[in-house]
Amino acid sequence: MGPTLDYLALAPELALVATLMAVLTADIVLPHAQKYWTAVLSVLGLTVTALPILFLLLSDEGTRTMLDGSYVVDDFALIFKGLFVAAGYIVILMSVSYIESDRYYQGEYYFLLLASILGSVVMASARDLILLFVGLELVSGPLFLLAGWRKGDVKSNEASLKFYLLGVLSAAILLYGMSFLYGLTGTVDFAGISEASERLSHTPAFIMAVLFVMVGFAFKISAVPFHFWAPDTYEGAPTPVTAYMSVSSKAAGFVGMLIVTYVAFPDASNIWGPALWIMAALTMTVGNLTALRQTNIVRLLAYSSIAQAGFMLVPFAVAGVSSDPDAIAAAFGATVTYIAIYTFMNLGAFAVVIAGARYTRSGDIDKWAGLASYQPGVALFGLIFFLSLAGIPPLAGWYAKLVMFSAAIGGGSVWTAVLAGIAAINAVIAFYYYARVVKAMWFDPVPEGHVAGKPEQSRSLQLALVITMLFVIAAGIYPAISAYFGDTVASIAGGG
Amino acid sequence: MELLDNGTVLSLITFLPLVGALVVGLIPRAQEEAYKWAALITALVVGVLSIVVAFVFDYGDSAKFQFGTDLSWIESIGSNFHIGVDGISLPMLVLSAVITILAIIYSWDHWEEPRNPKAFLILMLLLETGMNGTFVALDLILFFIFFELVLLPMYFMIGIWGDKSPRTIAMFNLTTETRLYASIKFFLFTLFGSAFMLLSFLGLYFNSGDAGARTFDIPKLIEMAPHLSALPIAGWLFAGMFLGFAVKVPMWPFHTWLPDAHTAAPTVGSVLLAAILLKLGSYGFIRIALPILPEQAMQWAPTIAILAVIGIIYGSLACLAQTDMKRLIAFSSVGHMGFVMLGISTMTEAGINAAIIGMVAHGVITGMLFFVAGSMHHRYHTRDMARLGGNATLMPKMGFILGFIAMASLGLPGLAGFWGEFMALLGAFRPAAGLPVGLFQTAMVIGAVGTVLTAGYLLWMLQKVNLGEPKEEWAGHEFHDVDKFEMAAWVPLLLATVAIGVYPRLVLGSTNGAVKELVSTILENLA
Repeated sequence: MGPTLDYLALAPELALVATLMAVLTADIVLPHAQKYWTAVLSVLGLTVTALPILFLLLSDEGTRTMLDGSYVVDDFALIFKGLFVAAGYIVILMSVSYIESDRYYQGEYYFLLLASILGSVVMASARDLILLFVGLELVSGPLFLLAGWRKGDVKSNEASLKFYLLGVLSAAILLYGMSFLYGLTGTVDFAGISEASERLSHTPAFIMAVLFVMVGFAFKISAVPFHFWAPDTYEGAPTPVTAYMSVSSKAAGFVGMLIVTYVAFPDASNIWGPALWIMAALTMTVGNLTALRQTNIVRLLAYSSIAQAGFMLVPFAVAGVSSDPDAIAAAFGATVTYIAIYTFMNLGAFAVVIAGARYTRSGDIDKWAGLASYQPGVALFGLIFFLSLAGIPPLAGWYAKLVMFSAAIGGGSVWTAVLAGIAAINAVIAFYYYARVVKAMWFDPVPEGHVAGKPEQSRSLQLALVITMLFVIAAGIYPAISAYFGDTVASIAGGG
Repeated sequence: MELLDNGTVLSLITFLPLVGALVVGLIPRAQEEAYKWAALITALVVGVLSIVVAFVFDYGDSAKFQFGTDLSWIESIGSNFHIGVDGISLPMLVLSAVITILAIIYSWDHWEEPRNPKAFLILMLLLETGMNGTFVALDLILFFIFFELVLLPMYFMIGIWGDKSPRTIAMFNLTTETRLYASIKFFLFTLFGSAFMLLSFLGLYFNSGDAGARTFDIPKLIEMAPHLSALPIAGWLFAGMFLGFAVKVPMWPFHTWLPDAHTAAPTVGSVLLAAILLKLGSYGFIRIALPILPEQAMQWAPTIAILAVIGIIYGSLACLAQTDMKRLIAFSSVGHMGFVMLGISTMTEAGINAAIIGMVAHGVITGMLFFVAGSMHHRYHTRDMARLGGNATLMPKMGFILGFIAMASLGLPGLAGFWGEFMALLGAFRPAAGLPVGLFQTAMVIGAVGTVLTAGYLLWMLQKVNLGEPKEEWAGHEFHDVDKFEMAAWVPLLLATVAIGVYPRLVLGSTNGAVKELVSTILENLA
């Protein structure tokens, strides 16, 4: 007898698989002029995927478990599945005109994107090492190709190659750590590892295994000092792909990090706590200081996304040193809330980059000068998203910062308070470079000799901008919306 | 009355400007009259509502928060939409609502380059929401949001409409426009302070759990003051708040953003900055820092007093070194806010009353000075005092108003500026029990010297700008004296200067009861 499957719980994955098959088939059948239907199919497919996720989230039936506890559909998994689908949805809206305009391979593009989304959706439910690894590779694999989508462009090739090499390296490190874990504990599922970790937590081999796993994920979330691939890859890849990488692939890395730390190694927090404290402080500081010197808007966003990952790591450090279950649950919720808010505001910022670059014809921040004078709409969106990233109220980013600070102060130790202080100084530094973009758009005169492009309006891109903006404003004024994410998942970590 | 219950009127005072900003935003750019009126009417309605509040307010019970409401807002962190006014916030609220109206009237046909009245009016209304909201907020997170909300509009006002002359920044060896430098400096300084202020707020929140339930509610935290002050980290919590408020005031040595921001800002921006924005800092001390952490406030009081008198002397001396009229007025703010902070540091009824009446008077008087400086710059196209002179001959009305308001600013008895300085010094003569009397009396003497210096630089400015013969370069120029929009914006301020001067109960009648209660709560919680 094979394993029993819960088809309702698997419905999102099944819908995604059906969608990507349909996209691939449509791509073969459709004549070239009608390839845009693959985008329509993808959007419809993601909408269908969202339905069972919403149903399960709202039905309140509790956790569904499959495959001896290796595949779990709980609130945490559902929240992230929903987030990945929503992010995928917005990225596809951002991609349509970009991919269409340059006659790239549309069908394959959406197929690969959907495959990557499928990987992240699987990861959210994975509760053993093998599934987690397979999910993570399914997220990254298609992105190696997508990063090099602009075949004629040297930078895009470089992006793809760097991403591939470091992706493989990090996978190897991760797998190496995982093999140690299996060897030491004799099991691949997290419940078993968690049980064994109590007695193993001081053996050198186990410490090494935990650190290797951490490093593997640190590459994915581009934490310092494992971040060197990010700026080059982000700059070279097509902008919608960059947007996807900076949001979903990073969030997938965080899902892995969250599950591994809070679920698999709760008793090894003496190992990962200090390691992540250092990593958080370094990531924020290095990311922000390097971002100050960027002149290209995409590279600026790349370093900003590194710095933001540092902010997301702060609560981990708190959970590592605190023994108060409430504080640990709050820390877990804080990271999830931060990721949710970051997803929307960062996608919005990239949508602005795509929309604005059509007028400025450049990624150079200096060339963005005076955008407000000839494209006030795009400049207004830019203002909203960049200031939200900076954490200025009443835009959603302030609440992300608040829960992060709150988790750090709630940790109640000197170390977490110091980290909060470092984060506070970083928040001020970060404002400077976000404000530089705003300044260029609003305060500076149009550069001499600049001829603004006159692109066609892209409805889907406008839709992406509007969706992300509505979230950023609504969640900023009524933060209970984003608090929902954190509150819903907090229970998973409380027991640790 | 429905309007006055459940926080309706205060919510309207806070959020109507936001609605007004949206309406202005929706009116097409070509219909300038339409959106100007929309903005003015919004501000007028808000102003009338604030005056209604002032009339209906129960002055017999001015320590109680009135017209308030307390609604659930961010449930998961227990932050509420808790608003209300007491005798301390009421004068500030009225000041803020009235100054905004006058700023809009003044702007009516004084638009600085690159014009765009629509955007400017939207920013002014957004600013009003932030200012009014800060004065009614009774929840730390809500307070923080409004406190931060004012940054953005002011950043844009300075950055877009500000001074375009070049400025070299020695440290980075780079030349940029003054407006760009000043706007980002203003934002970064304030953000730096408020980031640490937020950490302190969170620290209060988590530690309030041991004395009941975790809360951001200001009145509830005040009740927990004995517990909170006794915390080992209370000193750090006070330090964080001190940083946030002291940068905003600004106290010496955190003041360096102020002369740049004030000088670079467009006239109306300078007026709002001086009249209201600086007060958010000193108001924060009175509303939050002092009553929640009384013990630490007592420990820090001598430091605050010392920094305050340094500010008074430094501000005055810096004024004497200025050649730019607007920059002189900006530095005078450092000195005047020094008196406000000296009053607060005494922890006495006289001192805190002095601080509030000083805040109102400084709002009215310095707001007015910036108006006049702006109008003169508009006519002479320079603020260089060496080139000005004989203003009273060229423009008799303008000259009279400048002379009058400078007299008020130097603290002439009978005008508004007198009470804040006089009472602050009085408070310093006999500070709260437990504070070092010698130090405060020394501060009083130095502060008194400061009043002389203040008189000195203002008279010096009057002599250079107003008196004497007009310079040759102005021969043959036709100068328009004060126009009707300027008159309409200024007369209320001039009247207020006289009214508060001869009848200080206009402000003290509201504050006294609340301050009495505040000081007695602080002293009780100390014991």
